[in-house]
Amino acid sequence: MPTVHFTDAEGEVRDVQGNPGDSVMETAVRNGVPGIVAECGGSLSCATCHVFVREDCLSKLPPMEDMEDEMLYGTAVDREDNSRLSCQLRLTDELDLFVTTPETQV
Amino acid sequence: MGTHTAEQPAPVAAGTGTTAVPTRTGLLIIGASQSGVQLAVSLRALGFDEHITLLGDEDHRPYQRPALSKEFLQGTVESESLIFRSNEYWAEHNVDLVKGEYIVRIDRDADGSGVAHASSGRQFPFKRLALTVGARARKLEIDGGDLDGVLYLRNADDALALKARVGDAKDVVVIGGGFIGLEAASSLQKMGKNVTVLEFGPRLVGRAVGEETAEYFLQAHRARGLDIRLNTSAARFRAASAEGDKQTSVAGVELQDGTVLPAQIVLVGIGVIPNTQLAEQLELTVDNGIVVDRFALASDGTTVAIGDCANMPNPVPGSEPGERIRLESVNNAIEHAKVAAYSLTGRREEYAGIPWFWSNQADLKLQIAGLCNGYDRTVLRRDEERGKFSVLYYRQGQVIAADCVNAPLDFMAVKNALAKGRNIPADAAADPATLLKTITTDS
Ligand SMILES: Cc1cc2nc3c(=O)[nH]c(=O)nc-3n(C[C@H](O)[C@H](O)[C@H](O)COP(=O)(O)OP(=O)(O)OC[C@H]3O[C@@H](n4cnc5c(N)ncnc54)[C@H](O)[C@@H]3O)c2cc1C
Ligand code: FES
Repeated sequence: MPTVHFTDAEGEVRDVQGNPGDSVMETAVRNGVPGIVAECGGSLSCATCHVFVREDCLSKLPPMEDMEDEMLYGTAVDREDNSRLSCQLRLTDELDLFVTTPETQV
Repeated sequence: MGTHTAEQPAPVAAGTGTTAVPTRTGLLIIGASQSGVQLAVSLRALGFDEHITLLGDEDHRPYQRPALSKEFLQGTVESESLIFRSNEYWAEHNVDLVKGEYIVRIDRDADGSGVAHASSGRQFPFKRLALTVGARARKLEIDGGDLDGVLYLRNADDALALKARVGDAKDVVVIGGGFIGLEAASSLQKMGKNVTVLEFGPRLVGRAVGEETAEYFLQAHRARGLDIRLNTSAARFRAASAEGDKQTSVAGVELQDGTVLPAQIVLVGIGVIPNTQLAEQLELTVDNGIVVDRFALASDGTTVAIGDCANMPNPVPGSEPGERIRLESVNNAIEHAKVAAYSLTGRREEYAGIPWFWSNQADLKLQIAGLCNGYDRTVLRRDEERGKFSVLYYRQGQVIAADCVNAPLDFMAVKNALAKGRNIPADAAADPATLLKTITTDS
């Protein structure tokens, strides 16, 4: 089962298992991971599902589209080179993903 | 998470005629949707440790509505993706989720506690009450309105009924050129249906956006092949004239001028009516929704009411004192729930943040920041080549809102400026090549 390891801004880690095909955002929200807000429910309209992806995991993810790139300029905590919107990241069978959530999403 | 000590619901005397002894919940939330879910979640985040019952009349686990007219209708997301929280989440957080119970009456004691009665006869005793009952689709009361195939789109069952009919339909008439009508029309068009939109008024989307945006959507949809008829209303729905059982199904829409448009599906999206029945029965003040104060408290000073059903003081900084507003959006349901969660835990925190909204129609991604009412100037930013379009609204030189189509950078810049009480000078904003973020000023 794919697993996402969420580290919050304080360093606390939560490992959540998800289903292949689901987004990282959905996996977090359904299980109440507090660092992801996801107001728009994944429709790429809110930028409140921002995560920082651990460098070595970046290459496992599909490249981002223009819309995600532009939305990332509006996140509550400024974007970094390893920023992604977690609603755009889909879990795959063997994915083991490490992400950090920002201090705030709104 | 999940480790707080929660007070167990206290048993109360059994009601007559019920077999199980109903237990009394600390907070009964009536309406298990966007605002009710957020209220329960925010209360737990704030350390509220009493038992919560989150009750709704729908048979589904609480789900997100926006996709019903978009991705879910088109079949690009599964119903499972619309669910807000897992069952485990609710169990861990000591929230009882009750589905399929419609509350018809509430008995109240002087201290605010009481018992809610469901149509099934079940009783739900509570210490405190939250009304998150939302709104229902406004019905179009014309001849033929009860024919099969005349549909609405407010909840999951509506969406399932629509999806079930879509396969056999060739022609769809959408009545109402508001957000939901246009979203559904775009989705159905994408699914290969021949779609006509009838709008009673002279422009699309009513007062939610300004003239320029309404005009932009009209042109953009027409360019994409949608047949939109303004100033047009349906006179009656016609049944199939063929013999047999089909006579109960809709076959066409007759317009005021006598024209008949073929339609195997009619989707009516002419707005919603806030659910105030319970509030009225409780003798709470009601006026276009349940009237609440800045802390989401209804006129009895103890019931909270939030989301689509609530009429609140306009929370936008700089709005007229005494001005009231009822918002219908996900963002409002969430922010209003947070205010109520503070109220219920003894804190007084006002509504935070700037109202925002989104609507996806075909390849047009609309994002709205702020509320444009009362604007005296607009600035248009258009980039035809990249399909971007924004309108910024100003009141006395201060930016108050923006409608942005496929222009997230503009949306984000305006939303952030509004949240921080900053401005984006109008003259400088007029150049679409200028990044708004770079010209934002302190006042
Ligand atoms: C098709 C569609 C698309 C939308 N798209 C967007 C969008 O893109 N962006 C956006 O911001 N917003 C959108 N919205 C609006 C958004 O979904 C609503 O603003 C939001 O759902 C309001 O939440 P609420 O909890 O206040 O009310 P509701 O979602 O209406 O929930 C109220 C619940 O209470 C239940 N209920 C009512 N009375 C009783 C009773 N007596 N007993 C038990 N249960 C009761 C109702 O059945 C319902 O489940 C859309 C809405 C629809 C219908
Ligand atoms: S959930 Fe809104 S942009 Fe990802």
